[in-house]
Amino acid sequence: MFIKQLSVFVENKSGRLAEITAIIAKANIDIRALSIADTTDFGILRLVVDKPAEAEKTLKDAGLTVSLTNVIAVGIPDKPGGFANAMQVLADKEISVEYMYAFVSRDTDRAYLIMRVKDNDAAASILGGSGLELLSEDDVYKM
Amino acid sequence: MRNLIFNPEMECMPRKALEALQLERLKALVDYCDKNVEFYHKRFKENNITADKFKSISDISYIPFTTKEDLRDTYPFGMFSVPNKEIVRIHASSGTTGNPTVVGYTREDLAHWSEQVARLCYAVGATEETIVQICFGYGMFTGALGLHYGLEKIGATIVPVSSGNTDKQLKFMRDFGTDTIVATPSYCLFLAEAARERQDEFPMESYRVKLGLLGSEGCTPEMREQIENSWGNGFFSTDNYGMSELNGPGLSGECIHREGLHINEDHFLCEIIDSASGAVLDRGATGEMVVTALTKRGIPMLRYRTKDITNINYDTCKCGRTSARMHKIIGRSDDMLKIRGVNVFPSQVESALIGINEIGPHYQIVVRRQNYADNLEVRVELIDGTLLEKYGELEKLQARIHDRIKSILGIDIKVTLVEPKTIERFTGKAQRVVDMRNS
Repeated sequence: MFIKQLSVFVENKSGRLAEITAIIAKANIDIRALSIADTTDFGILRLVVDKPAEAEKTLKDAGLTVSLTNVIAVGIPDKPGGFANAMQVLADKEISVEYMYAFVSRDTDRAYLIMRVKDNDAAASILGGSGLELLSEDDVYKM
Repeated sequence: MRNLIFNPEMECMPRKALEALQLERLKALVDYCDKNVEFYHKRFKENNITADKFKSISDISYIPFTTKEDLRDTYPFGMFSVPNKEIVRIHASSGTTGNPTVVGYTREDLAHWSEQVARLCYAVGATEETIVQICFGYGMFTGALGLHYGLEKIGATIVPVSSGNTDKQLKFMRDFGTDTIVATPSYCLFLAEAARERQDEFPMESYRVKLGLLGSEGCTPEMREQIENSWGNGFFSTDNYGMSELNGPGLSGECIHREGLHINEDHFLCEIIDSASGAVLDRGATGEMVVTALTKRGIPMLRYRTKDITNINYDTCKCGRTSARMHKIIGRSDDMLKIRGVNVFPSQVESALIGINEIGPHYQIVVRRQNYADNLEVRVELIDGTLLEKYGELEKLQARIHDRIKSILGIDIKVTLVEPKTIERFTGKAQRVVDMRNS
């Protein structure tokens, strides 16, 4: 019902993202989706990868501050109103989103949302109950 | 615990009488230095100083400072006042850079030094019944022999075991019934932990140690608590202070109330100065301690700059001693930063960071000048990954660190979270400060 996401603490220094992503590349880990947000001093890099536990260990061994947490991945139709519809489902139940990022699939007319909410269980049951597609770990890692 | 005073006449002398004694000894010292040490004679001549001009102890401020560099420049015996036949002992500091500083003692100096140390040990319970293990390294360093002679004067039984060889240290403690340890705080803690590790074979009840006379490095209240808990069984420890240029340990030490270190003021006249300007500060102010060794003759020391930052309390102590008490050393003037007119020590930042578990123990202080104002940045390593879920948590952590440091320093600072292992590590003395104001 949930998928694993890595959060990595990154200092705002030029070249730092290249260095960090090279570490996981070397371990032959494939990135499915990513997002980065920053303040003036630091950023948090969020990654969904094909081998999360391995990626976590590799990054930790490299001395980085990392956390591995559960997030929700939702599939929505890739057409006007698809995203708005999903948001309305959450809004109706007053579920607030902490952060979210999205990507489109390669060969279907689906788009995918990765989201982190306050109460994962509640959000998952609401989204599932409303007919939206909840992705499993396998679904995402094998994409 | 008993409240014994080794030399009540000197330690409880009314302040007025004490200051009169200091003035008398100061004048004798100035006269002695003028006649016997070329270094001082020249300085007195240049500054038109003679002993008869001293009307109160505050007149000492006319005498120029003496520094460690002066001792190095006159290496080895340039500041000695007597020929070698009158010197009965030589000690030297390690001297990590350049020449070591060498000091010589006359027979009378050694007698004074023993008396100074004896007072501090007696004040916290050392008696002729005491069995004391001296775990300082013997040698050129003044720590071991200083405590040795002081405790011998009291009549304690001395076990001069020196440092190292943990198993033998612990065996002697058990077999001899050692009740007192002389050591650095870190070595005293190390021994306690080593004893605990061997508890299966030798339970903690087989030790009788109850007093630690700790010195030669600073001891935070947290560390003291740790030492006392590790030994357990009511173990009590006190700090003492000194340096080889001023005989060695024995300048000051805590009584059982542990509210500052009592200065042996009949032997040492202490002042607090602003280390940048050299101006003498008001009583109670915090600054660099400057010490004149009133009774020292082998190598007299006038207004010696200790580079140690502290303040002095002149109120009579609960123990009844009238002698002034210096605060535990707050920092070193070499490490001091002046930020927008405020004195800042890396040790203050360090103490603010203790207990914040989300960050690592290493830190760096960066000083910059922007728009004619000094800015202080404290860089710490984020190690707690659970905070990465929300930016708000990281910002809260930053704010918490900021507020703690600000409450200690009294100035605004910027806190920067950096990645683990990005702050430089040091095996020796850590260089915590990067001052970019003049670059």
